[in-house]
Amino acid sequence: MSMTPDLPCSGSCAGGGVAPPPPGADADLPAGVSRREFVEASAKMLAAVALVSGCDTNVEEFLQKNFRELTPEELRQVVARLEKKYSEAAGKPVTVTTTPPLPNTLFGYGLDLSRCVGCRRCAYACARENNTSRSPQIQWIRVLELDKEKGVDLTHANAYYNPETVPQEDKFYMPVACHQCAKPPCVKVCPVKATWQEPDGIVVIDYNWCIGCRCCMAACPYGARRFNWGEPDLPAAEVNPHTHYLGNRPRMKGVVEKCTFCIQRVREGRYPACVEICPVGARKFGNLLDPESEIRVIMRQKRVFVLKEEIGTEPKFFYFYAT
Amino acid sequence: MSFLRFLYTCVRLMLRGGWAYWCWVLLLLALVAWGADAYLTQFKDGLILSNMRDEVSWGFYVGNFTFLVGVAAAAVLLVIPAYVYEWKPIKEVAILGELLAISAIVMCLLFVIVDMGRPDRFWHVIPFLGVLNFPRSLLAWDCLVLNAYLGLNVFIVVYLLYCTYVGKHYNKALAGPLILFSVPLAISIHTVTAFLYNGMPSRPFWNASILAPRFLCSAFCSGPAIMIIVFQILQRTTRLKIQNEAIWKVAELMAYAMFLNLFLLGAEVFKEYYSATQHLVHFQYLFSGFHGANSLVVYSWAAIACSVISFVLFLVPATRRNFVTLNLGCLLIYTGVYIEKGIGLVVPGFTPSILGEIYEYVPTLNEVRIGGAVFSIGFLVFTFLCKIAVPMMTGEFRTAGLAEPGSESAGDAHAGTPVVVT
Repeated sequence: MSMTPDLPCSGSCAGGGVAPPPPGADADLPAGVSRREFVEASAKMLAAVALVSGCDTNVEEFLQKNFRELTPEELRQVVARLEKKYSEAAGKPVTVTTTPPLPNTLFGYGLDLSRCVGCRRCAYACARENNTSRSPQIQWIRVLELDKEKGVDLTHANAYYNPETVPQEDKFYMPVACHQCAKPPCVKVCPVKATWQEPDGIVVIDYNWCIGCRCCMAACPYGARRFNWGEPDLPAAEVNPHTHYLGNRPRMKGVVEKCTFCIQRVREGRYPACVEICPVGARKFGNLLDPESEIRVIMRQKRVFVLKEEIGTEPKFFYFYAT
Repeated sequence: MSFLRFLYTCVRLMLRGGWAYWCWVLLLLALVAWGADAYLTQFKDGLILSNMRDEVSWGFYVGNFTFLVGVAAAAVLLVIPAYVYEWKPIKEVAILGELLAISAIVMCLLFVIVDMGRPDRFWHVIPFLGVLNFPRSLLAWDCLVLNAYLGLNVFIVVYLLYCTYVGKHYNKALAGPLILFSVPLAISIHTVTAFLYNGMPSRPFWNASILAPRFLCSAFCSGPAIMIIVFQILQRTTRLKIQNEAIWKVAELMAYAMFLNLFLLGAEVFKEYYSATQHLVHFQYLFSGFHGANSLVVYSWAAIACSVISFVLFLVPATRRNFVTLNLGCLLIYTGVYIEKGIGLVVPGFTPSILGEIYEYVPTLNEVRIGGAVFSIGFLVFTFLCKIAVPMMTGEFRTAGLAEPGSESAGDAHAGTPVVVT
């Protein structure tokens, strides 16, 4: 089964698929002609510094503004530049979409701990779908092996279990990824607003704005954030060419990344890759605002809990025991 | 025009020195070069050259940063006894504290930069140019207060020295309030740095309200420890008059600060071990090792031993006034606080990790080389600043023929007058 969606790049997605940033997203940012002029003058100065210092990033990339400050025209240029760059590197057309949030949508996730067998297929499907570095290996999903005797107690969790077969009789398995908190501590601590929560509840990162200070990694109570300690290595043949600017487009060294509920898929009405691949159906996904959605049905009929509720992050990632 | 000549004089003062001075400068420059080479490799290949990983995502750099913020804050706190209690012996040397503060902040900012995954995007943090997440992000606060503190101290030092240089009396209405303003700012830089850790409920080791007071107490020890050693070097190598009373007074204040520091540590240790919740694991990792991971244990106990011994040495008047035991105490305090507020603060916060994983962090040689370069730059800055400021404070730059031509007459009257606000 191929996990890589085979979407040919049509004319519409090459340039026409670009959407403006979500309305209201930049409402809290001061805007004014004088500031713009100041920023542009300073930007030119910075460009000169960049040229002199011989940064390997090109000048346009160096000067690129925060995603939420880009005008639609600037965004079009940025996307075109990135698509060209990624396509050349991958040797095939790579699209970078900026699909905005769907209206009246708040994504939620359900994970059935009684079904999960700890096979880690989700972790690898996620890596393939989301273009994470193969070396050093980055995985957004971490599956923890826990003792049935002790229950959900992370102090004795083992992420490096490697038995002949799973599930082991005395163990159960708890996959952890970004919990897309309603009150995300990672967003609060970021000094440059490089990470934020979208209206559909997904916490995203502008990889071109992140400065790599790793405050968000220290603040995350779920260990969900990953850092590109080295230059990510993603073989051209393994590149998933269908990408979203705020999601699975290829990353660079020195920036933080994490699960986005497969933003490139779910905003087009598809399931996240981990939900699709799960062989036991332990993973559920849907719109929390729709009372008839799968996730809402589960919340009504089963009993769900969130991890570390005492921290007050209000995750939209719910664990439950269906049987 | 005369300001340009002032700068020229500063450079000439910097370049005056015997063989010992130049050996010191060359040693520092060699260390800077060695570390710069390491940094260039890190810039090219990424932070993978450090031993930091997703589980322990901050390490040696951030630890040094935290320690040095304390040094910077405490250096200026010499100003408190000088101005609040009108204690003249300290007043005469308070400007040296400001020089140390400048050097320490330079090191702090450099440690932040070398820790950044994308140093080329540094401009994103600059207010108005980038997008600063103010007031929500404590790191944004830290950027602002650290730079404000640096700017303020640079201004005060340059202003006072320039006035001395041109033979004018400085404007008391301007300098006085600025110097006093540097005191709350000094406290705020260390408080904000403590809050940076303190505000993360995900890390119980840091999420204790006692953290900021502990930061301040340990800083009141480590900053003056450096100053006491610097005072003695300047006593021997320059004509600057530093009274022993000033040194002993500082040492006495350090004893009180160390008592509070140990008391607060004890309060935290009691709470953690007596209540013995799951959060105890981080203290266990620090003090006794956890599941065989014990690389920090020897350091944490060494830090406690250093702090206790130096507390006794500084408390007893006889050992406080004996320069051998005094200097031993300074070295012990420095070592103790360096461990406690550096690696001993950062690494246990991450070990065991959020998901129960134990990754033992030990810095790589590359990290140590880069850290060494940053410290060397700080020492260079401090050396040069002292080289410029001390002759101006003693007035000997006039006799060396480096004075402003128009101020010769005023020169004699000012010779020997220290640059202090009176």
